Amino acid sequence: MRYRRDIVVSFMALLGLGVSAQAGVLPEDRADVLYHLYDGGGVEIDGPSILVRKQVGKSTSFVGNYYVDMVSSASIDVITTASPYSEERKQWSLGMDYLRGNTTMRVNYTSSVESDFDAKTYGFSVSQDMFGDLTTLTLSYAKGDDIVGRSDDPAFERDNDRQHYGVGITQILTRNLIATLNFETITDEGFLNNPYRSVRYADQGSALGYSYEPELYPNTRTSNAVGLRAKYYLPYRAALEGEYRFFTDTWDIEAHTAAITYTHPWREFVFTGKYRYHDQTGAHFYRDVFPREQATNFRGRDKELSPLTSHTFKIGASYEFINDVDGWGFIKRGTANVSYSFLTVDYHDFSDLSVGALLGQEPLYALDADVIQIFFSFWY
Amino acid sequence: MNIKVLGRVLMPLMLLGASAGCSNFEPWVKPYERDRLADPIMALDTDPVSSSYIQHVYEAREGARGGEGAAGGGCGCN
Repeated sequence: MRYRRDIVVSFMALLGLGVSAQAGVLPEDRADVLYHLYDGGGVEIDGPSILVRKQVGKSTSFVGNYYVDMVSSASIDVITTASPYSEERKQWSLGMDYLRGNTTMRVNYTSSVESDFDAKTYGFSVSQDMFGDLTTLTLSYAKGDDIVGRSDDPAFERDNDRQHYGVGITQILTRNLIATLNFETITDEGFLNNPYRSVRYADQGSALGYSYEPELYPNTRTSNAVGLRAKYYLPYRAALEGEYRFFTDTWDIEAHTAAITYTHPWREFVFTGKYRYHDQTGAHFYRDVFPREQATNFRGRDKELSPLTSHTFKIGASYEFINDVDGWGFIKRGTANVSYSFLTVDYHDFSDLSVGALLGQEPLYALDADVIQIFFSFWY
Repeated sequence: MNIKVLGRVLMPLMLLGASAGCSNFEPWVKPYERDRLADPIMALDTDPVSSSYIQHVYEAREGARGGEGAAGGGCGCN
């Protein structure tokens, strides 16, 4: 919980509940074993992710995923208002795809458990191929039930209900170009702030000129995001992909995200390079420092809700050590993959309090992180 | 409010989908012309286990979420 709340959203696409899923054909049978490591800003998170997908009969495919985050945190939040901690989050998911004609229906269930946070998500989506299979339309819905707790207070328990609505169109535009347009609305209702985090307010009676009080968020949030992606096949067998997303929500966060990816195969290798840019405004109730205690109805100092700009540089390589021609028994194809991403985040209104400076003299905080993924994939 | 807005978007799309099966539509990219789009490097999500993880990282470090539907792509042919 202390690590992060929005944990299940990103894993919906993993089971095919992304709003631009492909209809008309079932996903390939494959298994992936991944090790992930995030190291930055005093936080280290690593663990495995294992995915297995298998078709049963002609029209049904099952998928399962097991994912673990092992968190060791001495982040800027933690070292300024609390003590370093370690925790573990385990998540497992099950899903099923059912193909009938040009229509694919999907259901899935995801459960994420931490010592102080429990999230369950139920999802459903339908994809339809149309117009000579040039167009795939996908509608998706998911409902999430979260229970927020506190590790230092067993009696503390709060609910949060999430609803996800998605519409997506994937379109073949030319024999070299494919594009997808996705629209997604997510609503939250319940306890949305972090029960551990504090905001600070100006206090002339304290040594540094400020004191802390618990943060207090609105009980509802509705966000809308529209994303456009296009991928182009280059004449010498390589691919160029561009993507853009616009995000807005009822907390007054407005974000622009753009990325460009280049994919280049060479012999048994596939090399990838990616640059991603993200810029956002802050939530209306966010302040780096409030003028006094209980200055506003809602108050937050989560650095992820402050105005910020982030850049990500990624390089990756994939090596095919089992190919379609040779095979290993029932395994048709296998790849070994490694990627490294460098993430840098500049916070425009979040001060670094770890330096112990007086109020108004603190430098702004910035974060650099290394993200490493090593995984093996098998198709059978 | 948002449900109504979503309904206004969804209804035309559902009617579009329902009518698609009744038409004699001639695709401007024929099935035999989709070999490049069927190349694995053209998949919109080559490795779902990897892309969902990195999306998770971004959602933890940024205030935005959703709208990045990652699955699908490829040739779109049966």
